[in-house]
Amino acid sequence: MHSDSASAEPIRGGSVLRWIRRIHLPLDDPFAIAGLLIYAVFILVAVFADQLATHDPLEILFTQDYQLAADLRPGEDGFVLGTTSLGRDIYSQLVYGSRSALLIGITAAFMVAVIGTVVGLLAGYFRGWTDIVLMRAADIAFGIPFLPFVIVLAAFLEPSIWNVVFAMALILWRDTGRVIRSQVLTLRTRAYIDAARVSGSSDLKIVFRHIAPNILPLSFLYGSIAIGWAILTEAAISFLGFGDPETISWGYMLQDAYASQALSTGGYYWFVPPGICIVLVVVAGFFISRGYEEILFPKLKE
Amino acid sequence: MLWAVATILFLMFRLMPTNPLAAYIDPTFTEEQQQLLMAKFGLDRPLWEQYFIYLKNLLQGELGDSFFYRQPVGERVMELLPNTLVLTFSSLIIAYVFGIIVGAWLAWKRDSVAERAAIPLVLTTRAMPEFWLGMLLLAVFSFTLGWFPAGGTRSPGSEYDGYLALYTSRDFLAHLVLPAMTLAIYSQGLPLLLMRSNMLEVMNEDFVTMARIKGLSNWTVVVRHAARNALLPVMTSFAIAVGYQIQGNVVVETVFSWPGLGRELVNAVSASDYPLAQGAFLMIAVVVVLMNLLADLLYSLLDPRISHA
Repeated sequence: MHSDSASAEPIRGGSVLRWIRRIHLPLDDPFAIAGLLIYAVFILVAVFADQLATHDPLEILFTQDYQLAADLRPGEDGFVLGTTSLGRDIYSQLVYGSRSALLIGITAAFMVAVIGTVVGLLAGYFRGWTDIVLMRAADIAFGIPFLPFVIVLAAFLEPSIWNVVFAMALILWRDTGRVIRSQVLTLRTRAYIDAARVSGSSDLKIVFRHIAPNILPLSFLYGSIAIGWAILTEAAISFLGFGDPETISWGYMLQDAYASQALSTGGYYWFVPPGICIVLVVVAGFFISRGYEEILFPKLKE
Repeated sequence: MLWAVATILFLMFRLMPTNPLAAYIDPTFTEEQQQLLMAKFGLDRPLWEQYFIYLKNLLQGELGDSFFYRQPVGERVMELLPNTLVLTFSSLIIAYVFGIIVGAWLAWKRDSVAERAAIPLVLTTRAMPEFWLGMLLLAVFSFTLGWFPAGGTRSPGSEYDGYLALYTSRDFLAHLVLPAMTLAIYSQGLPLLLMRSNMLEVMNEDFVTMARIKGLSNWTVVVRHAARNALLPVMTSFAIAVGYQIQGNVVVETVFSWPGLGRELVNAVSASDYPLAQGAFLMIAVVVVLMNLLADLLYSLLDPRISHA
């Protein structure tokens, strides 16, 4: 009786937990832990940006003697990292920049992982025409130069940080899709899949219940790489001047610094911090994905 | 393949909300004048007809005229292509020579302190936005130290007859150093990590053990036997890296005002010079597709085992 209720009742919670465990956070690799810690810090900064920032990032500030607070060095007049040539607080911009970075990174990674996974699953499981059509589409996506594509797209659409996410969803599923397809091709020949088919499971049930959970870590691997890609792409697009001027991002800060001649006036305090933030977040994604690789391909550890 | 890319490009440029003649049409133009212009460029015809004209022109190498330069796009693109190729190849050659040597060395020194420290360092170089790296190098070596010029391919006022004279001049090489280093630092990670993992794999194979048993020196085993075999996949990745780099050049060319295809694409898009933007995009796509193809070919050519599988 007791054991009955235990096995029958918590199916929902149990399956959710099981899916979480399937993701396999790589907790035994020091670099992966460092990566997760970096993520945790940036997520906290993004969430509490309103509390952490000392100024409105786009407000033009003045010093106590009513002078424009432009080009102040770090520490001057209480501006931790100095101000831009238009008198905006660099530290506050940096703090708010984490918001757009994480927003773009996580949504883009989600789109890339989901689209790539579904494409890979369908192509690998159903084979035949589905496979041919989807893999042709992937070939074409591989032929499109990604950054130029984003530039043209961003120039034609309204300036918005979502352009990058949209472009990534259109193009970058290709890598994930191909890898997952080949993984599915080997999985579908396993005996337990045959067993499921013989016992009358529908195709959809086999795909999503029996195959999908096994490729989930692979999706997460590609997702964690895509976070970095998204942030780098957004930075490049903003830097080239196709970003949204209303949204503070690290790429926007770098563009602002470059266009305001900060390079020739030695304004290192202006353009070094945003770059370091980008590097930290992206490298955190790499570290986590390496942790995944070692779980997925244990041979690497030998 | 290229046909598919060209079609997507056509649809992108035609179906976007902005008027392709925005750069051409003055607000003072009357409705009639605008119609006349539209007719002149064939934009009043049905979409499918425009599409076939576009394909026909493409096949004949006809890319239209740039709105801004009033010059055939094909000519303009061909003028800029050499600059982009020189930058791409010089940076990739530096990156590959460095990456292959250091990668092999790291595999040899497996589990040493240097190896442990090197891997995260290499990953960090891959995490840097290329243009930011360019900005750092520019600020330090050009503006603060004054060792190298800040942008362009030549000093103002200097003239060279032909590409060869330009590319072999001291002036040009001084301009090349910073952008090439930027791209090289960014791209050395791929050959380095590939070389290292291939070496680790090859070192476990029987013929390497055999060479050791024969009593050959460590150096001979590593360089003559292991490295030569580990090199194959790294070389094929070179073609893919060229295709990849051509896209990444866009930002670095912009930072260093390098007159190449990527910077032209950015400028053309900002100036709504659609024929030129289209031409530059297509040229980049051609390089990408050709390089992907070359990589496939090289792969089966250099390693006959592949085609038997």
